[in-house]
Amino acid sequence: MYQTTYHRPSSVDEAVALFGKSSEAKFLAGGQTLLPVMKQRLAAPSDVIDLGKIKELQGVELSGDVLTIKAGTTYFDIMQNADVKKAIPAIAYLTSVLGDPAVRYRGTIGGSIANNDPAADYPAALLALGATVKTNKRSISAEDFFQGLFTTALEDGEIITAVSFPVPAKAGYEKMRHPASRFALTAVFVAQTKSGEIRVAATGASQSGVMRVGAIEAALKANWSPSALDNVSIPASGLLADIHGTAEYRANLVKVMAQRAVAAAG
Amino acid sequence: MSTVKLTVNGKAVAVDVEDRTLLVQLLRDHLNLTGTHVGCDTSQCGACVVHVDGRAVKSCTMLAGQADGASVTTIEGIAKGDELHPMQAAFRDNHGLQCGYCTPGMIMSAIDIVHRHGGELDEPTVRHELEGNICRCTGYHNIVKAVLDAAGRMKVSQAAE
Repeated sequence: MYQTTYHRPSSVDEAVALFGKSSEAKFLAGGQTLLPVMKQRLAAPSDVIDLGKIKELQGVELSGDVLTIKAGTTYFDIMQNADVKKAIPAIAYLTSVLGDPAVRYRGTIGGSIANNDPAADYPAALLALGATVKTNKRSISAEDFFQGLFTTALEDGEIITAVSFPVPAKAGYEKMRHPASRFALTAVFVAQTKSGEIRVAATGASQSGVMRVGAIEAALKANWSPSALDNVSIPASGLLADIHGTAEYRANLVKVMAQRAVAAAG
Repeated sequence: MSTVKLTVNGKAVAVDVEDRTLLVQLLRDHLNLTGTHVGCDTSQCGACVVHVDGRAVKSCTMLAGQADGASVTTIEGIAKGDELHPMQAAFRDNHGLQCGYCTPGMIMSAIDIVHRHGGELDEPTVRHELEGNICRCTGYHNIVKAVLDAAGRMKVSQAAE
Protein backbone atom coordinates (compact mmCIF):
# COMPACT_ATOMS: atom_id res chain seq x y z
CA MET A 1 0.00 0.00 0.00
CA TYR A 2 1.26 3.47 -0.86
CA GLN A 3 1.51 6.15 1.79
CA THR A 4 -1.74 7.84 2.73
CA THR A 5 -3.12 10.05 5.47
CA TYR A 6 -5.92 8.62 7.59
CA HIS A 7 -8.73 10.74 9.01
CA ARG A 8 -11.62 9.77 11.26
CA PRO A 9 -14.28 12.50 11.25
CA SER A 10 -17.27 12.28 13.59
CA SER A 11 -19.84 13.92 11.32
CA VAL A 12 -20.78 14.00 7.64
CA ASP A 13 -20.06 17.73 7.49
CA GLU A 14 -16.58 17.20 8.89
CA ALA A 15 -15.96 14.40 6.35
CA VAL A 16 -17.03 16.64 3.47
CA ALA A 17 -14.76 19.46 4.72
CA LEU A 18 -11.80 17.07 4.93
CA PHE A 19 -12.49 15.88 1.40
CA GLY A 20 -12.44 19.47 0.15
CA LYS A 21 -9.02 20.06 1.71
CA SER A 22 -7.40 16.91 0.23
CA SER A 23 -5.94 16.47 -3.22
CA GLU A 24 -7.14 12.95 -4.00
CA ALA A 25 -9.16 11.69 -1.07
CA LYS A 26 -11.29 8.56 -0.82
CA PHE A 27 -14.06 7.89 1.65
CA LEU A 28 -13.59 4.63 3.56
CA ALA A 29 -16.74 2.75 4.61
CA GLY A 30 -16.20 -0.84 5.77
CA GLY A 31 -13.03 -1.10 3.72
CA GLN A 32 -13.72 -4.58 2.38
CA THR A 33 -13.12 -3.42 -1.19
CA LEU A 34 -11.13 -0.19 -0.90
CA LEU A 35 -8.42 -1.62 1.37
CA PRO A 36 -7.71 -4.68 -0.84
CA VAL A 37 -7.58 -2.36 -3.87
CA MET A 38 -5.15 -0.06 -2.06
CA LYS A 39 -3.03 -3.05 -1.03
CA GLN A 40 -2.77 -4.05 -4.69
CA ARG A 41 -1.70 -0.46 -5.43
CA LEU A 42 -4.61 -0.10 -7.82
CA ALA A 43 -5.75 2.90 -5.77
CA ALA A 44 -3.48 5.42 -4.09
CA PRO A 45 -5.61 8.04 -2.37
CA SER A 46 -3.69 10.90 -0.77
CA ASP A 47 -6.15 10.81 2.12
CA VAL A 48 -8.47 8.15 3.49
CA ILE A 49 -11.52 9.60 5.23
CA ASP A 50 -13.05 6.94 7.46
CA LEU A 51 -16.84 7.17 7.76
CA GLY A 52 -16.97 4.29 10.24
CA LYS A 53 -17.37 6.35 13.39
CA ILE A 54 -20.08 8.72 12.17
CA LYS A 55 -23.11 7.99 14.34
CA GLU A 56 -25.62 9.65 11.97
CA LEU A 57 -24.73 6.99 9.36
CA GLN A 58 -25.68 4.07 11.60
CA GLY A 59 -28.98 2.29 12.06
CA VAL A 60 -32.23 1.04 10.54
CA GLU A 61 -35.66 2.69 10.67
CA LEU A 62 -39.02 1.28 9.66
CA SER A 63 -41.64 3.96 9.20
CA GLY A 64 -44.94 2.88 7.67
CA ASP A 65 -44.13 1.37 4.29
CA VAL A 66 -40.55 2.61 4.08
CA LEU A 67 -37.50 0.78 5.39
CA THR A 68 -34.50 3.07 5.70
CA ILE A 69 -31.03 1.61 6.18
CA LYS A 70 -28.37 4.17 7.04
CA ALA A 71 -25.33 3.91 4.79
CA GLY A 72 -22.79 2.91 7.44
CA THR A 73 -24.80 -0.01 8.79
CA THR A 74 -22.79 -3.22 8.51
CA TYR A 75 -24.04 -6.32 6.74
CA PHE A 76 -24.10 -8.17 10.05
CA ASP A 77 -26.25 -5.51 11.69
CA ILE A 78 -28.60 -5.47 8.67
CA MET A 79 -29.13 -9.24 8.61
CA GLN A 80 -29.74 -9.33 12.37
CA ASN A 81 -32.13 -6.37 12.39
CA ALA A 82 -35.71 -7.20 13.41
CA ASP A 83 -37.25 -4.47 11.21
CA VAL A 84 -35.35 -5.69 8.14
CA LYS A 85 -36.43 -9.28 8.80
CA LYS A 86 -40.03 -8.21 9.29
CA ALA A 87 -40.39 -5.68 6.46
CA ILE A 88 -38.19 -7.11 3.68
CA PRO A 89 -36.86 -10.56 4.66
CA ALA A 90 -35.34 -10.91 1.16
CA ILE A 91 -32.84 -8.19 2.12
CA ALA A 92 -31.90 -10.06 5.29
CA TYR A 93 -31.41 -13.21 3.19
CA LEU A 94 -29.39 -11.39 0.52
CA THR A 95 -27.12 -10.04 3.24
CA SER A 96 -26.64 -13.47 4.80
CA VAL A 97 -25.18 -14.87 1.54
CA LEU A 98 -22.89 -11.90 0.95
CA GLY A 99 -19.19 -12.40 1.66
CA ASP A 100 -18.32 -14.42 4.76
CA PRO A 101 -18.94 -13.79 8.48
CA ALA A 102 -15.78 -11.68 8.97
CA VAL A 103 -16.53 -9.57 5.91
CA ARG A 104 -20.15 -9.10 7.03
CA TYR A 105 -18.94 -7.60 10.33
CA ARG A 106 -17.12 -4.82 8.46
CA GLY A 107 -18.77 -4.22 5.07
CA THR A 108 -21.57 -1.68 4.76
CA ILE A 109 -24.50 -1.13 2.40
CA GLY A 110 -23.26 2.36 1.53
CA GLY A 111 -19.81 1.08 0.63
CA SER A 112 -21.26 -1.69 -1.51
CA ILE A 113 -23.48 0.54 -3.63
CA ALA A 114 -20.88 3.33 -3.92
CA ASN A 115 -18.49 0.76 -5.38
CA ASN A 116 -21.18 -0.69 -7.71
CA ASP A 117 -19.34 -3.89 -8.55
CA PRO A 118 -21.15 -5.56 -11.48
CA ALA A 119 -21.51 -8.74 -9.41
CA ALA A 120 -22.43 -7.14 -6.07
CA ASP A 121 -25.68 -8.10 -4.34
CA TYR A 122 -27.23 -4.86 -3.07
CA PRO A 123 -27.54 -3.09 -6.44
CA ALA A 124 -30.05 -5.78 -7.51
CA ALA A 125 -32.14 -5.21 -4.39
CA LEU A 126 -32.15 -1.43 -4.81
CA LEU A 127 -33.11 -1.60 -8.48
CA ALA A 128 -35.83 -4.26 -8.07
CA LEU A 129 -37.37 -2.58 -5.03
CA GLY A 130 -37.25 0.91 -6.55
CA ALA A 131 -35.15 2.21 -3.68
CA THR A 132 -33.95 5.78 -3.21
CA VAL A 133 -30.33 6.62 -2.40
CA LYS A 134 -30.04 9.54 0.02
CA THR A 135 -26.85 11.58 0.03
CA ASN A 136 -25.68 14.66 1.90
CA LYS A 137 -26.88 16.67 -1.11
CA ARG A 138 -29.95 14.99 -2.66
CA SER A 139 -32.11 11.92 -3.24
CA ILE A 140 -31.34 9.71 -6.25
CA SER A 141 -33.54 6.90 -7.60
CA ALA A 142 -31.79 3.52 -7.98
CA GLU A 143 -32.33 3.76 -11.77
CA ASP A 144 -30.39 7.00 -11.90
CA PHE A 145 -27.82 6.02 -9.29
CA PHE A 146 -26.29 2.94 -10.97
CA GLN A 147 -24.57 4.01 -14.18
CA GLY A 148 -22.53 1.02 -15.31
CA LEU A 149 -19.45 -0.87 -14.13
CA PHE A 150 -18.13 0.67 -10.91
CA THR A 151 -19.87 3.92 -11.90
CA THR A 152 -22.56 5.80 -9.99
CA ALA A 153 -24.24 9.19 -10.00
CA LEU A 154 -22.17 10.24 -6.98
CA GLU A 155 -20.18 13.44 -7.43
CA ASP A 156 -16.79 14.13 -5.87
CA GLY A 157 -17.15 14.61 -2.15
CA GLU A 158 -20.77 13.40 -2.08
CA ILE A 159 -21.55 10.94 0.70
CA ILE A 160 -24.35 8.36 0.74
CA THR A 161 -26.23 8.76 4.01
CA ALA A 162 -29.00 6.16 3.66
CA VAL A 163 -31.02 3.92 1.36
CA SER A 164 -34.82 3.96 1.55
CA PHE A 165 -36.73 0.91 0.37
CA PRO A 166 -40.49 0.92 -0.22
CA VAL A 167 -41.76 -2.21 1.55
CA PRO A 168 -42.94 -4.60 -1.22
CA ALA A 169 -45.88 -7.00 -1.22
CA LYS A 170 -43.47 -9.82 -2.06
CA ALA A 171 -39.76 -10.11 -2.75
CA GLY A 172 -37.17 -12.82 -3.26
CA TYR A 173 -33.48 -13.12 -4.06
CA GLU A 174 -31.55 -16.09 -5.35
CA LYS A 175 -27.90 -16.25 -6.21
CA MET A 176 -25.53 -18.61 -7.94
CA ARG A 177 -22.66 -17.93 -5.64
CA HIS A 178 -19.05 -17.97 -6.75
CA PRO A 179 -17.57 -20.36 -4.18
CA ALA A 180 -14.27 -18.50 -3.76
CA SER A 181 -15.16 -14.83 -4.09
CA ARG A 182 -18.77 -15.24 -2.84
CA PHE A 183 -19.83 -12.63 -5.36
CA ALA A 184 -22.79 -13.45 -7.57
CA LEU A 185 -21.88 -15.47 -10.63
CA THR A 186 -25.41 -14.35 -11.47
CA ALA A 187 -28.22 -13.43 -9.07
CA VAL A 188 -31.76 -12.13 -9.45
CA PHE A 189 -33.97 -10.06 -7.15
CA VAL A 190 -37.73 -10.18 -7.88
CA ALA A 191 -40.27 -7.86 -6.31
CA GLN A 192 -44.00 -7.25 -6.43
CA THR A 193 -44.74 -3.75 -5.17
CA LYS A 194 -47.79 -2.96 -3.07
CA SER A 195 -49.32 -1.25 -6.12
CA GLY A 196 -48.90 -4.47 -8.13
CA GLU A 197 -45.89 -3.51 -10.24
CA ILE A 198 -43.44 -6.32 -10.99
CA ARG A 199 -39.76 -5.39 -10.93
CA VAL A 200 -36.88 -7.78 -11.59
CA ALA A 201 -33.18 -6.97 -11.44
CA ALA A 202 -30.16 -9.14 -12.25
CA THR A 203 -26.59 -8.72 -11.04
CA GLY A 204 -23.49 -10.54 -12.24
CA ALA A 205 -25.11 -10.73 -15.66
CA SER A 206 -24.77 -7.61 -17.79
CA GLN A 207 -21.54 -6.05 -19.02
CA SER A 208 -23.14 -2.75 -18.00
CA GLY A 209 -23.71 -3.72 -14.39
CA VAL A 210 -27.00 -4.31 -12.62
CA MET A 211 -30.00 -4.40 -14.99
CA ARG A 212 -33.78 -4.73 -15.09
CA VAL A 213 -35.03 -7.83 -16.94
CA GLY A 214 -38.10 -6.78 -18.94
CA ALA A 215 -38.92 -10.18 -20.41
CA ILE A 216 -39.15 -11.73 -16.96
CA GLU A 217 -41.14 -8.82 -15.56
CA ALA A 218 -43.71 -9.20 -18.38
CA ALA A 219 -44.05 -12.95 -17.88
CA LEU A 220 -44.44 -12.57 -14.10
CA LYS A 221 -47.00 -9.81 -14.54
CA ALA A 222 -49.18 -12.25 -16.49
CA ASN A 223 -48.59 -15.07 -14.01
CA TRP A 224 -46.58 -14.77 -10.77
CA SER A 225 -45.13 -18.27 -10.64
CA PRO A 226 -41.80 -19.96 -11.43
CA SER A 227 -43.40 -21.94 -14.29
CA ALA A 228 -44.42 -18.69 -16.00
CA LEU A 229 -40.76 -18.33 -16.94
CA ASP A 230 -40.34 -21.81 -18.46
CA ASN A 231 -40.53 -20.50 -22.03
CA VAL A 232 -38.80 -17.17 -21.45
CA SER A 233 -35.50 -16.86 -23.27
CA ILE A 234 -32.91 -14.29 -22.20
CA PRO A 235 -30.60 -13.08 -24.97
CA ALA A 236 -26.88 -13.62 -24.28
CA SER A 237 -25.78 -10.47 -26.08
CA GLY A 238 -24.25 -7.90 -23.76
CA LEU A 239 -23.84 -10.37 -20.89
CA LEU A 240 -20.61 -11.00 -19.01
CA ALA A 241 -18.40 -13.90 -20.08
CA ASP A 242 -15.30 -15.14 -18.26
CA ILE A 243 -13.62 -18.38 -17.16
CA HIS A 244 -16.43 -18.97 -14.68
CA GLY A 245 -19.26 -18.90 -17.20
CA THR A 246 -20.14 -17.98 -20.77
CA ALA A 247 -22.69 -15.32 -21.67
CA GLU A 248 -25.12 -18.11 -22.67
CA TYR A 249 -24.65 -19.80 -19.30
CA ARG A 250 -25.35 -16.55 -17.49
CA ALA A 251 -28.40 -15.88 -19.69
CA ASN A 252 -29.84 -19.19 -18.54
CA LEU A 253 -28.87 -18.43 -14.95
CA VAL A 254 -30.89 -15.20 -15.09
CA LYS A 255 -34.00 -17.25 -15.82
CA VAL A 256 -33.26 -20.02 -13.33
CA MET A 257 -32.36 -17.63 -10.51
CA ALA A 258 -35.53 -15.64 -11.25
CA GLN A 259 -37.61 -18.81 -11.01
CA ARG A 260 -36.03 -19.71 -7.68
CA ALA A 261 -36.46 -16.14 -6.42
CA VAL A 262 -40.18 -16.20 -7.26
CA ALA A 263 -40.50 -19.52 -5.44
CA ALA A 264 -38.70 -18.01 -2.43
CA ALA A 265 -40.90 -14.91 -2.49
CA GLY A 266 -44.02 -17.08 -2.43
CA MET B 1 2.53 8.82 11.40
CA SER B 2 -0.19 8.58 14.01
CA THR B 3 -0.42 7.22 17.49
CA VAL B 4 -2.97 4.43 17.69
CA LYS B 5 -4.26 3.71 21.18
CA LEU B 6 -6.07 0.46 21.73
CA THR B 7 -6.46 -2.41 24.15
CA VAL B 8 -4.82 -5.65 23.07
CA ASN B 9 -5.53 -8.79 25.08
CA GLY B 10 -6.63 -6.68 28.02
CA LYS B 11 -3.58 -4.41 28.02
CA ALA B 12 -3.71 -0.74 26.97
CA VAL B 13 -1.11 0.08 24.32
CA ALA B 14 -0.17 3.15 22.27
CA VAL B 15 1.73 2.52 19.05
CA ASP B 16 3.21 5.02 16.58
CA VAL B 17 2.53 3.72 13.08
CA GLU B 18 2.35 4.98 9.50
CA ASP B 19 -1.24 5.69 8.49
CA ARG B 20 -1.10 2.91 5.88
CA THR B 21 -0.36 0.27 8.55
CA LEU B 22 -2.83 -2.60 8.68
CA LEU B 23 -4.10 -3.92 12.00
CA VAL B 24 -2.33 -7.24 11.38
CA GLN B 25 0.97 -5.38 10.86
CA LEU B 26 0.49 -3.46 14.07
CA LEU B 27 -0.09 -6.71 15.95
CA ARG B 28 2.74 -8.70 14.37
CA ASP B 29 5.42 -6.14 13.58
CA HIS B 30 4.93 -3.60 16.37
CA LEU B 31 3.61 -5.72 19.24
CA ASN B 32 5.38 -8.96 18.26
CA LEU B 33 2.11 -10.87 18.51
CA THR B 34 2.98 -13.22 15.68
CA GLY B 35 0.28 -15.77 16.46
CA THR B 36 -2.00 -13.91 14.08
CA HIS B 37 -0.97 -15.02 10.60
CA VAL B 38 -1.06 -13.49 7.15
CA GLY B 39 -2.08 -16.12 4.64
CA CYS B 40 -3.56 -14.77 1.44
CA ASP B 41 -3.46 -11.06 2.31
CA THR B 42 -6.58 -10.71 0.11
CA SER B 43 -9.38 -11.10 2.71
CA GLN B 44 -10.15 -14.66 1.67
CA CYS B 45 -8.26 -17.14 3.87
CA GLY B 46 -9.05 -15.98 7.41
CA ALA B 47 -5.61 -16.78 8.93
CA CYS B 48 -5.51 -13.19 10.25
CA VAL B 49 -8.87 -13.22 12.08
CA VAL B 50 -8.86 -11.43 15.46
CA HIS B 51 -11.68 -10.07 17.61
CA VAL B 52 -12.25 -6.31 17.46
CA ASP B 53 -14.76 -5.22 20.08
CA GLY B 54 -15.95 -8.82 20.20
CA ARG B 55 -16.40 -9.28 16.46
CA ALA B 56 -14.23 -11.69 14.45
CA VAL B 57 -12.73 -9.68 11.58
CA LYS B 58 -9.90 -10.04 9.09
CA SER B 59 -7.07 -7.93 10.48
CA CYS B 60 -5.41 -7.76 7.04
CA THR B 61 -8.42 -5.80 5.79
CA MET B 62 -8.56 -3.13 8.44
CA LEU B 63 -6.25 -0.17 8.99
CA ALA B 64 -4.60 0.09 12.38
CA GLY B 65 -6.18 3.53 12.71
CA GLN B 66 -9.66 2.03 12.37
CA ALA B 67 -8.95 0.06 15.55
CA ASP B 68 -8.08 3.19 17.56
CA GLY B 69 -10.02 3.01 20.80
CA ALA B 70 -11.04 -0.60 20.21
CA SER B 71 -10.48 -3.70 22.29
CA VAL B 72 -8.63 -6.35 20.28
CA THR B 73 -8.23 -10.00 21.25
CA THR B 74 -5.72 -12.21 19.44
CA ILE B 75 -4.95 -15.91 19.69
CA GLU B 76 -2.40 -15.02 22.40
CA GLY B 77 -5.14 -13.57 24.58
CA ILE B 78 -7.67 -16.37 24.96
CA ALA B 79 -5.99 -18.89 27.27
CA LYS B 80 -6.12 -18.34 31.03
CA GLY B 81 -2.47 -18.77 31.96
CA ASP B 82 -1.60 -22.40 31.28
CA GLU B 83 -5.24 -23.37 30.85
CA LEU B 84 -6.16 -23.46 27.18
CA HIS B 85 -9.36 -21.84 25.99
CA PRO B 86 -11.97 -24.62 25.47
CA MET B 87 -11.72 -24.03 21.69
CA GLN B 88 -7.94 -24.50 21.77
CA ALA B 89 -8.30 -27.62 23.90
CA ALA B 90 -10.92 -29.04 21.53
CA PHE B 91 -8.68 -28.41 18.49
CA ARG B 92 -5.87 -30.31 20.24
CA ASP B 93 -8.07 -33.19 21.39
CA ASN B 94 -9.76 -33.61 18.00
CA HIS B 95 -6.59 -33.24 15.91
CA GLY B 96 -8.11 -30.14 14.36
CA LEU B 97 -4.83 -29.02 12.84
CA GLN B 98 -1.93 -30.31 10.82
CA CYS B 99 0.52 -27.59 9.79
CA GLY B 100 -1.21 -25.11 12.07
CA TYR B 101 -0.97 -22.09 9.82
CA CYS B 102 -4.72 -21.46 9.59
CA THR B 103 -5.36 -22.48 13.20
CA PRO B 104 -5.22 -19.10 14.97
CA GLY B 105 -7.77 -17.67 12.54
CA MET B 106 -9.87 -20.83 12.70
CA ILE B 107 -10.00 -20.65 16.49
CA MET B 108 -10.84 -16.94 16.61
CA SER B 109 -13.60 -17.41 14.01
CA ALA B 110 -14.87 -20.54 15.75
CA ILE B 111 -15.18 -18.78 19.12
CA ASP B 112 -17.23 -16.08 17.40
CA ILE B 113 -19.43 -18.73 15.77
CA VAL B 114 -20.14 -20.38 19.12
CA HIS B 115 -20.90 -16.99 20.71
CA ARG B 116 -23.39 -16.17 17.95
CA HIS B 117 -25.11 -19.54 17.81
CA GLY B 118 -24.75 -20.77 21.37
CA GLY B 119 -26.23 -24.25 21.75
CA GLU B 120 -27.81 -24.20 18.28
CA LEU B 121 -24.71 -25.42 16.45
CA ASP B 122 -24.84 -28.40 14.13
CA GLU B 123 -22.39 -29.68 11.55
CA PRO B 124 -23.87 -27.94 8.46
CA THR B 125 -23.94 -24.63 10.35
CA VAL B 126 -20.30 -24.95 11.37
CA ARG B 127 -19.23 -25.83 7.82
CA HIS B 128 -21.20 -22.89 6.43
CA GLU B 129 -19.94 -20.44 9.03
CA LEU B 130 -16.30 -21.44 8.48
CA GLU B 131 -16.44 -20.46 4.82
CA GLY B 132 -14.20 -17.44 5.43
CA ASN B 133 -11.40 -19.62 6.82
CA ILE B 134 -9.35 -21.77 4.49
CA CYS B 135 -7.38 -24.85 5.58
CA ARG B 136 -5.25 -26.64 2.99
CA CYS B 137 -4.27 -29.64 5.17
CA THR B 138 -7.11 -31.17 7.09
CA GLY B 139 -10.08 -31.31 4.76
CA TYR B 140 -11.92 -29.54 7.61
CA HIS B 141 -13.33 -32.75 9.07
CA ASN B 142 -11.56 -32.59 12.42
CA ILE B 143 -11.88 -28.82 12.56
CA VAL B 144 -15.66 -29.17 12.40
CA LYS B 145 -15.53 -31.88 15.07
CA ALA B 146 -13.41 -29.62 17.27
CA VAL B 147 -15.79 -26.68 16.94
CA LEU B 148 -18.80 -28.83 17.82
CA ASP B 149 -16.92 -30.31 20.77
CA ALA B 150 -15.86 -26.85 21.96
CA ALA B 151 -19.41 -25.53 21.63
CA GLY B 152 -20.46 -28.08 24.25
CA ARG B 153 -17.49 -27.26 26.50
CA MET B 154 -18.07 -23.50 26.24
CA LYS B 155 -21.72 -23.95 27.14
CA VAL B 156 -20.69 -25.90 30.24
CA SER B 157 -18.03 -23.39 31.27
CA GLN B 158 -20.42 -20.48 30.71
CA ALA B 159 -23.02 -22.20 32.86
CA ALA B 160 -20.41 -22.68 35.57
CA GLU B 161 -19.45 -18.99 35.65
